Amino acid sequence: MTWYVLRRVLQMIPVFFGATLLVYFMVFFMPGDPIAALGGDKPLPEAAQARLREEFNLDKPFLVQYFLYLANIFQGDLGSTFRGQSISGQLADAFPITIRLAIIAIVFEAVLGIAAGVISGLRKGTWIDTTFLMLSLLVIAVPTFVLGFVAQFVLGVQLRVMPVNVGRDPSWENLLVPGMVLGAVSFAYVLRLTRTQVAEVAAQDHVRTATAKGLPRHRVVSAHVLRNSLIPVITYIGIDLGMLMGGAIVTESIFNIPGIGFHLWDAIRAGENTKVVTIVTLLVTVFVIANLIVDILYALLDPRIRYVSKS
Amino acid sequence: MTQTGRISFREDPNPELRDGELRDGQASSSGHDHASTPLLDIQDLDVTFTTSAGPVPAVRGANLTVYPGQTVAIVGESGSGKSTTAMAISQLLPRNGAITGGRIEFQGTDIAAADRKQILALRGSEIGLVPQDPMSNLNPLWRVGFQIKEALVANGIAKGKEADRRVVELLAEAGLPDPERRANQFPHEFSGGMRQRALIAMGLAARPSLLIADEPTSALDVTVQRQILDHLDHLTDSLDVAVLLITHDLGLAAERAQHLVVMYRGHVVESGPALQLLQDPQHAYTQRLIAAAPSLSSRRLVSQRERARTRQDAEKAARARDPLPGRHDDGDDVIVAENLTRVFSIRGRAPWEKPTPFTAVDDVSFRLRRGTTTAIVGESGSGKSTVAQMVLKLLEPTSGQVRFDGRDLAQMSSKELFELRRRVQPIFQNPYGTIDPTYSIFRTVEEPLRLHGIGTRRERVARVRDLLDKVALPTGVMDRYPNELSGGQRQRVAIARALALEPEVVVCDEAVSALDVLVQAQVLELLNDLQSELGLSYIFITHDLAVVRQIADDVLVMEQGRVVEHAPTEQVFTDPQQEYTRRLLDAIPGRSIELAGSRILGDLEEAQAPTTDSMVSEDEQEQAVRGPIASEGEDPYTTGGVV
Repeated sequence: MTWYVLRRVLQMIPVFFGATLLVYFMVFFMPGDPIAALGGDKPLPEAAQARLREEFNLDKPFLVQYFLYLANIFQGDLGSTFRGQSISGQLADAFPITIRLAIIAIVFEAVLGIAAGVISGLRKGTWIDTTFLMLSLLVIAVPTFVLGFVAQFVLGVQLRVMPVNVGRDPSWENLLVPGMVLGAVSFAYVLRLTRTQVAEVAAQDHVRTATAKGLPRHRVVSAHVLRNSLIPVITYIGIDLGMLMGGAIVTESIFNIPGIGFHLWDAIRAGENTKVVTIVTLLVTVFVIANLIVDILYALLDPRIRYVSKS
Repeated sequence: MTQTGRISFREDPNPELRDGELRDGQASSSGHDHASTPLLDIQDLDVTFTTSAGPVPAVRGANLTVYPGQTVAIVGESGSGKSTTAMAISQLLPRNGAITGGRIEFQGTDIAAADRKQILALRGSEIGLVPQDPMSNLNPLWRVGFQIKEALVANGIAKGKEADRRVVELLAEAGLPDPERRANQFPHEFSGGMRQRALIAMGLAARPSLLIADEPTSALDVTVQRQILDHLDHLTDSLDVAVLLITHDLGLAAERAQHLVVMYRGHVVESGPALQLLQDPQHAYTQRLIAAAPSLSSRRLVSQRERARTRQDAEKAARARDPLPGRHDDGDDVIVAENLTRVFSIRGRAPWEKPTPFTAVDDVSFRLRRGTTTAIVGESGSGKSTVAQMVLKLLEPTSGQVRFDGRDLAQMSSKELFELRRRVQPIFQNPYGTIDPTYSIFRTVEEPLRLHGIGTRRERVARVRDLLDKVALPTGVMDRYPNELSGGQRQRVAIARALALEPEVVVCDEAVSALDVLVQAQVLELLNDLQSELGLSYIFITHDLAVVRQIADDVLVMEQGRVVEHAPTEQVFTDPQQEYTRRLLDAIPGRSIELAGSRILGDLEEAQAPTTDSMVSEDEQEQAVRGPIASEGEDPYTTGGVV
């Protein structure tokens, strides 16, 4: 088990470097000149532009820029924006908000998605299964921003049960609806995945054997059907944690939430390449760590995985 | 009666019961002297499955009775409704199956329409189950001990520490060595036999009065099968548990049960005391089952003379080929294996642990003469399949060599190798796994032809049609897909594919092990016919010695990677030299049973004389080929070509 975890941790290293290099490369070749655009209609003097370029290493070749950037990161310096604001300070404000939003989304999709999926899978072909399936299809088909605007309009503008704009320093309650909108599509996928798994596992021989030894139905479902079904579902939810962070861009702009997605969108528009790379690297790190957790959970859930090295 | 009633070799812990049964000479329903009220009485049971194509009857008007402590076997091929009948008892049918008529009286109460609570009270505590496939019947995610403990807790036998202790006792009782450690392991750390023992412990955990054993050992090696059945017999006898045994193997059923029920297409076609039913079968289907059971009537199929002729032709043809440089003169031997050894290294769990070498095949040599069959026999793990893979050049030997037609496989050029792939073909065990489900039958059989650039498209169509005809499949299957065919039909497709390139050698790795007796008999006959027709040479790998007798000329017995015995087939059967071979022979179920019209094979010592006699005369052997039921024309079950 220790070796399993260690191997997974070591595998994170090349992923980290690969991802940062790739993102840096793409941002480097982004069209437009952010420094020239800084002054708006009144361009900055040539000398000032040159000084800024030198300060932000923009005058150096690509690889040198990249390594200088990495060196700064490893010294704990995330740099500042062209306007001189500290990136780490901005992220420290924004990150907790997005984390909160993602937690709401994950809990929503996992708890409700798995519950609905189990019911659907055990009652395959009944009206309740059909209802859940249609619902999930609807949620998958409607784009997140449409769902977001509809929720905002109905719940915020007409029923007034939530603020139309979330704004600075949002509370958990204020984030509830945006979180559910963010997790809606994944909820539908979790439901479908769980349903398929449960239906498949429920038909397996060992489940019949468990029934034959006299276990009551709820025991059979919880100990023998659910646990076996959850393995792929957990894999999906883990990968989804990373996706939600990126998906937050849309949700955060609809509800005006100053989270990571909001900042990322802002940075891309302003051509703040250091900030873009930093945020994306952060998202990649979250993604990789989420995957590591999934892999460990996987091994805990399935004893066969732990012995993979034996063959 | 007691003299001919040698129903098995095992020590009979309760001879009284058996004799009582045999003296009866009648179906048990006419009365029983040791117990007058039946434990289980199924009357006119109907089970129907709802499918998209409408209702499908699975069981129609089935009747059977089990008395306390009695062992009753339901025998039939797959799809006969035998498992469905058994599963209906404790309502373990799949969701689309339902009891649509009849009564199931258990201990005097009709439970056919019992509600969930009533059935729950019976499951485990009164009706236990030992399922068919030990590989799929334990939950892979829970420790074995936990899964047995569940049965104790759910049925209110024990809980907590007491239950843990009981689990270890149960595992020990089921014959599992080192039960304390085993209880803490996961199913994947168990072998098939060990898993089956765990399942037996589970089925008997709450001391039921009826144990349903659904093909409990079909997935296991013969020797393991025998040990486990012996143990199960012993346990159920000492605990006085009635057993409803479900099997497709008539020999096994006759050896283990006092009363047999034969099912065919959902109907009970015949039932009665085991010996009486075997010696005087009334229904044509029962007669056919007896004829097909390899364990009961094994003889080398097909005339020796005819085979000798084709063999000589094949040898002559081989000699006529120009000798190439680098070719070894192996005479009439098409495959020669010399000192084959294969060592695998098993990686340690931590990176610094040295890999442990494991010798799967150790110094194996044999020669396969053109037009003959060499069987490689052994338990799983004996290295027989590894030998097959090396002969097929799917695996390189660590040392030693395999020569095909005088050429060392290791030194073949890629062109020669391509040629080898045409001339040596495999047929593998599982017909469900070795055919691509997305390929039509035509494409499956045509693929090797296309790959080797043989014929035009039209010629290939004709060739595929011809091949399907050869394996007795109708041309209509060409456009169908594997999932539309039965297991036996799929194995025929695999054979047709193997024969497509007119190979000289076919390596059959457990090619019939997954099939029902009836289908198995058909496939074996087909292979034999093709051998005498085309002069094919077979390497036939199996764990089932009964099958060997029907198909092989020479036998190689392997144990732990080594050849322990190598002799002509009849010699192995009549005069086995090794203890291990004797054990394999003993494991064939039902060898000692006297059959309708055939002589007693008897125990090994007794079997020698009559068997050698019958081997002397080839003509006599030819007569015995098709088994004791001679009147083929009158038997509606032997004439059908396709299963």
